Amino acid sequence: MAEIIRPLDAAVAVVEDGMSVVVPPDYGGVAMEATRALIRRGVKGLHLLTLPASSLQADLLIGAGALASIETSAVAIGELGTGPRFAAAATAGTLTIKDATCPALHAALQAAEKGVPFMPLRGVIGSDLLKVRPDWKVVDNPFAENDPVLLVPAIQPDVAVFHAPFADRHGNVWVGRRRELFAMAHASAKTVVTVEEIRDGNLLEDDTLASATLASFYIEAVAVARNGTWPLRFGDLAAEDTAHLQEYMRLAQTDDGFRQYLDRYVYQRRAA
Amino acid sequence: MPEAKPEELLIDVVLRLISGAKHIAVGANSPIPAAAAFLAQHLGNGRPHVSLQQSAKHNLFTDGGRELFDAAGQGRIDVFFLSGAQIDGQGNINLVAVGDYARPKARFPGSFGSAYLYFVVPRVILFRTEHSRRTLVPKVDFISAPGASPPHVYRRGGPIALVTPLCHFTFDKGRSRFRLESVHPGHTIEEVLDNTGFEFDRPAAVPVTPAPAPATLRLLRETLAPELAALYPQFGARVFGIVPRAAE
Repeated sequence: MAEIIRPLDAAVAVVEDGMSVVVPPDYGGVAMEATRALIRRGVKGLHLLTLPASSLQADLLIGAGALASIETSAVAIGELGTGPRFAAAATAGTLTIKDATCPALHAALQAAEKGVPFMPLRGVIGSDLLKVRPDWKVVDNPFAENDPVLLVPAIQPDVAVFHAPFADRHGNVWVGRRRELFAMAHASAKTVVTVEEIRDGNLLEDDTLASATLASFYIEAVAVARNGTWPLRFGDLAAEDTAHLQEYMRLAQTDDGFRQYLDRYVYQRRAA
Repeated sequence: MPEAKPEELLIDVVLRLISGAKHIAVGANSPIPAAAAFLAQHLGNGRPHVSLQQSAKHNLFTDGGRELFDAAGQGRIDVFFLSGAQIDGQGNINLVAVGDYARPKARFPGSFGSAYLYFVVPRVILFRTEHSRRTLVPKVDFISAPGASPPHVYRRGGPIALVTPLCHFTFDKGRSRFRLESVHPGHTIEEVLDNTGFEFDRPAAVPVTPAPAPATLRLLRETLAPELAALYPQFGARVFGIVPRAAE
């Protein structure tokens, strides 16, 4: 059996071309160092699912030509606006976009966690999202009269990828209050995590830690990537590098500028 | 007490709209709604509850991103704020695209939670910092979330007001139309008419938006400003003159 704790490139090798990959929003711990490693490797044809929204991670993968499709509630670079490569791909019609709304994505993952085929959800009826999501169905509530309700199908991604504060050597991963990471790992066939550090001992032996720990039976690989969410924030542990994101917004307005960004910050490893 | 800045006036308008709320959720990048919510909480001795996602201390949800939506689905959240790249006269909001959806002229981030929260949160306040015919349109190009629903569609909530830098509209649910409630000091009805792409109702005499009470301004500037500046540095610098500490 392969080691759970691996170097970064070996950990992200779990993500193969053409797979469906679920990732968290900025507040959940975005594995940016792992994303750069995937782009350096030249990953292709991914189906990205953002739970529920994404920022630089989705935009970089789109610009680098790594995605076949994206299912998302939003792609925005923090306060700075729509992801420029996302907007460019949308207006050029070069990317399959499955527009969603946050709770529908949470519900679809929750259905997969439970192993049931769909989940009902209030709202959405009358939204044009229904016109562009033929896979979402409105049915009559079987327990009431004249009460239409939305059903969204379960989504089981091939891989969940995120960043967490720490793991132990057994591959148990502490995520704190970021429990959407539980849902992602429970729903996905495999999970790859980058962490700030590996700690000695077993996180499951301490009740205080265990209740916020994802047990290793969900985890395929863990790699240490210090400051692994840069330039995005990491909970209260690291602030967003807003100046860097502003530079990204400037460069990524054009194809040439985006290539310069990739050369400078992705293909050349960032000095630690 | 120096008179209210435009942002402080808007905070006061929102403060009146959220009166009596039990739990106010504020999305990311919304300093004016957050300021109003904290004011309400301060005036109410700790109530309403106020949830902000981007701050550990103010994030009341410990069960992940879905807890906001689950709590809202149960009716535990009674105020939320939404915006739109386009907002139309029926209260429909568009956060997706302008032009044809398949090949849009302009693409925006996406619908976020609007298609759900607009239905289940009793008081949704629409907030738009650009008041123009480009943003306030006769009909949105894509309905992220509809302003109204047929009677048999489950719906607890929806829009109650639209607040812009020029004026305050209320939403008449029965008629699915906005009504001009007041025009902010320094602006005119003609300016509102010129810059609004949809038709709306208005009384014969449209009031001027009242100035915030001195006690409200004092509380905002003297007690709440430092916390707000810590959460929203650019807003804190612009409105309260609180310069962020230099990065180390």
